[in-house]
Amino acid sequence: MTAYEMRRIAMRGGIYGTLVLFALIFLIPIYMTAVTAFKTLPETRLSTVWNLPTQLNFTGFEQAIERFGPSMGNSFTLVIVATIVSAALGSMNGYVLSKWRIPGERVIFPLILFGMFLPYQAILIPLFRFMNDIGLYGGIPGLILVHVVYGIPITTLIFRNFYAEIPDEMLEAGTMDGAGFWQLYTQVVFPLSVPGFVVVIIWQFTQIWNDFLFAIFLTTESSQPITVPLAILSGGREQNFPMMMSGALLAALPPLLVYIVMGRYFIRGLLAGSVKG
Amino acid sequence: MADVVFDKVYKHYGNITAVKDLNIHIEDKEFVVFVGPSGCGKSTSLRMLAGLEEISEGEVSIDGRVVNNVAPKDRDIAMVFQSYALYPHMTVYDNMAFGLKLRKTPKQVIDQRVREAAESLGITPLLDRRPRQLSGGQRQRVAVGRAIVREPKVFLMDEPLSNLDAKLRVEARSFISKLHQRLETTFIYVTHDQVEAMTMGTRICVLNAGELQQIDSPFNLYHNPRNVFVAGFIGSPSMNFFDATIGKDDNGFFIDAGVFKLYIPKERTEPYEAHAGKKTILGVRPEDIHDKQYQPPGISPADVEATVDVIEQMGNEMILYLEREGKNFIARVDPRTEARIGGKTNFVFNMDNMHLFDADNESSLAYEWKQERDLAKIIS
Repeated sequence: MTAYEMRRIAMRGGIYGTLVLFALIFLIPIYMTAVTAFKTLPETRLSTVWNLPTQLNFTGFEQAIERFGPSMGNSFTLVIVATIVSAALGSMNGYVLSKWRIPGERVIFPLILFGMFLPYQAILIPLFRFMNDIGLYGGIPGLILVHVVYGIPITTLIFRNFYAEIPDEMLEAGTMDGAGFWQLYTQVVFPLSVPGFVVVIIWQFTQIWNDFLFAIFLTTESSQPITVPLAILSGGREQNFPMMMSGALLAALPPLLVYIVMGRYFIRGLLAGSVKG
Repeated sequence: MADVVFDKVYKHYGNITAVKDLNIHIEDKEFVVFVGPSGCGKSTSLRMLAGLEEISEGEVSIDGRVVNNVAPKDRDIAMVFQSYALYPHMTVYDNMAFGLKLRKTPKQVIDQRVREAAESLGITPLLDRRPRQLSGGQRQRVAVGRAIVREPKVFLMDEPLSNLDAKLRVEARSFISKLHQRLETTFIYVTHDQVEAMTMGTRICVLNAGELQQIDSPFNLYHNPRNVFVAGFIGSPSMNFFDATIGKDDNGFFIDAGVFKLYIPKERTEPYEAHAGKKTILGVRPEDIHDKQYQPPGISPADVEATVDVIEQMGNEMILYLEREGKNFIARVDPRTEARIGGKTNFVFNMDNMHLFDADNESSLAYEWKQERDLAKIIS
């Protein structure tokens, strides 16, 4: 073995060692969540908190499903409807803004983007009053509306940039073939939008699923999504750690599944435009 | 089956005028090529005809119907795009059938037309593939096929060959020419390549800076260019230009280019006589400059001695970059020519084929004179 080879192996070893170390540090909370979820309550006391569970115990999950089941249902209704609606609106906005000349587009697009930079906290009070006035305060439909509206800037931006990659000539060919505004969208643009939709769906799904502020502010107990009871529970007096951790795992699962299923399109979609494909 | 008329057509973009006063009458079944450098307005003109650009002023009509306010799909035209613009998510079959489906054509008719077109283009085995699985040449045929199945009155082609490699391009040229003969439909073809224009067009419109310079057959365009631009644009290598004045002495009319003095053949002085003493531009094509030793018979030679700067031996011919007293020009001569770099050689200009232009407005002095005559008889 030459000196060069030895040095190379040492370098590699050093790099991988450091990476593994950092990975382990980042994995500690997940380890704690996972092991605690399968423990019985007595096992969670300080002396055994780091240990693996003595046996797989699903009591925590059973309790969590009972406790969080309804809010999980709320979350699913919320996230599915709001994601689909905001993705659809973003797609159509993007189509119009990137492929059609409309009067005032130089003003409209920046105004839409401006919505991205409005902090949630800044608009809470007027939002509350507005929702109250239109009678949508306290329920899932109101929360859906807020997330759809708050999602429009980012979904519009993503789709507009995505559609900028579709050559104008293709739409012109469609025009010559006899397609109108809607047919161009449904027959030509929409079928080519899969990567764009994947990016937007992953993004919106995660944002809406994980949202806590709008959720706690705009819903009453029966219509709360999962993030609210989960947070409330951690502040309570009875500290049922296995149930809390089971609940946290269950709540983390849907976004994780979305990432796993659609993830490989995500990076590709985000990079669309930066690399010619 | 339709004629196409551009009547005083303008295209403005803000303060910029992209097309100026375009008047063209394209006959039924003609193959007309719009040619010119980039930005000359050729594509814009085609896109106005297609309905992809609005017409700022004037009228465009197809088959006697003014189409200014007719939607592209109702103009009964089909277009082949430079990038082919195939729909990537559809099979070749669906790409070709798309326009007919949108027009609610019966399924059997669509199937029959698509299969016929595919057969005639030799793309039947590709019908189930998607565009990304095709080579450049195959995509080009599919794009043509998509236009054919519509059975339009007019075919528009916007630089359809510029994405092909050199060899395929030559093949595709004859393929499109044959297609035109077979379909017997009006073709309008846009290119920046004068070779494509010359080889394919029955008539060629040369455009520059938004203005029509000349519309004529390839033969007339080459032998009787209306102005300096057309003369320089058509032909490769380009025509040589020399600042000159027309003079007269005891031996007759002559052209004084400073670095040489050439007598105009007696039988063709007529269009130039009135311009004696005026500033003109002399144009001589590289192929009308011959090595004196190999000069072809039947020409009107005028001797010019020049120094050879660069030699490009092509095998069938030889391109010489020449210099005489600081003035550079190019000759396309017999490949046997014994020219040496740096050496002086005797050349002859064929004065039968020379061109003289007014130095002020750059128009040909003999354009009308030549138009009245049978060009084939006055060139050599």
